[in-house]
Formats: sequence, C-alpha cells, structure tokens
Amino acid sequence: MSSTGRVKMPAVLENLQAITECVTAAASSAGFSARRIGDMELALEEAVTNVFKYANPGNPGEIEVACASGGGKFSIEIRDSGQEFDITKLPDPDLSQDISERPIGGLGAYLIKKIADDVNYRRLSGFNVLTLVFNLEIKK
Amino acid sequence: MNIAAKKESNALVVTVSGRMDAVTAPEFEKSIAAFIAQGEKAFVINLSGLEYISSAGLRSILASAKRLKEQNGKIIFSGLQGHVKEVFAISGFQGIFKIYDSDAEGLKGI
Repeated sequence: MSSTGRVKMPAVLENLQAITECVTAAASSAGFSARRIGDMELALEEAVTNVFKYANPGNPGEIEVACASGGGKFSIEIRDSGQEFDITKLPDPDLSQDISERPIGGLGAYLIKKIADDVNYRRLSGFNVLTLVFNLEIKK
Repeated sequence: MNIAAKKESNALVVTVSGRMDAVTAPEFEKSIAAFIAQGEKAFVINLSGLEYISSAGLRSILASAKRLKEQNGKIIFSGLQGHVKEVFAISGFQGIFKIYDSDAEGLKGI
C-alpha cells in the first residue's frame, strides 16, 4: 500500500513534533514496523534540527518535508531555502575518543548516515534538498 | 521525558523515561547540573524506561559526563533497551561509558 505525507512550516524546534507525526503516520499506514519507524524518526529529527539550527541564522525560514512509500521503500525529502549545507560531506566523528576528548555534538549527521539506507543531497535553485530512503527491512 | 532520583549509599540513581529528543534533552543536562551543584558526584543513570534518544540526548549526556569528570565524579548507565542501546552502540557511547544491566550491578561497579 502506498502512503504519502507533506508538511510545510516555519523551521523552528516547536514544529519538530508536528513534522515527525506527519512522517510516522504515513510510514505506519504504509506498513513499516515500529522499529523501522523509530529509525526514520531519529534520522528525521537529526536532519530537521540541523536545518533549525544552521539554515537561516537569526531568521528561521520555512522547512518542507514530504514523504512517500513505494516498492518496499520509504523516502523522506527535506527541503529548506537556507544556506547551502551538505551533511553527506561532513567527516565522520572519531568514536575512539574518550569523554574528555570527545567534542560536544557532531553525531547527528553520522547517525543519519548509519541509519538510513540511502542519503542523497542536492542543491536545487536555492534549496537544500536532502532525501533519506529506508528499506522495509532493517539495515544490516 | 520524566526524571526521578533516588539516593543510594554510594551514588544517586537517576531514572529517565520517555523520550530524550531535541526538545527534552536540555532538561536532563539541567537536572544533572543541579544534582552536581547539590554535591552529588556519582550517578547511575537508569535508562530502562527510555524509549527514544537522538543526538541531542547524547549531547546532553556527554556534556554532563564532561562536567562530572572535571570534578572527579562518575556517571554510569543501566538498563538500556532496544533503540537506545542501538544508538549508544552506533555513536560509540558503549565504548566510553560503563553500562550495566541493572542498577544493583551499576552500584557495585561504580
């Protein structure tokens, strides 16, 4: 069964829950497991909070999240008009560092890359477009 | 997110349940900072009722651990389940923190 969702709202933390609910409702009606939906929720939170924090410093713009299922996959597209920011190019954190050495932060993009089955970034006519794809089955 | 604390002889057991996300995670960091200000130096953080954690939660845990380390304090974890256990593993937190199955084992190990 195919299922879609779309939401467009100001890119502020207060809207995290509404954005998440739009996506999890669509994934749930498409038949994805609670565990896979948990993965989506995490990757989505990491992606949208990055937009909230960095896309439009001092002046939150809008964020648009669209999702759709099909062919055993679920894709989530996150679009914002903020400054260009490609999370796929960020270096991976050094996981061997101990508590004092570890920098605070820098794990969000890494979690997205580890959890989503495919992560794709494009800069399209002034928009950041990040697409996260999840297979029905858990990533090995 | 709900935070409850219970004083044991050698540590404060802090039980965190619900969701530790970008909205709620700062509350955890504030609570631990307040306990440290009250003189607590050893913490067992019970996460058995925590259903969800994001990098914002990891960030507040790491910030609390750094604050404690500066004061020669200790923080360990108990009861990690499903999603939370997986996120600890992916992020390498499993390697930098001591993690126990139960509070009792944690209190012995701290």
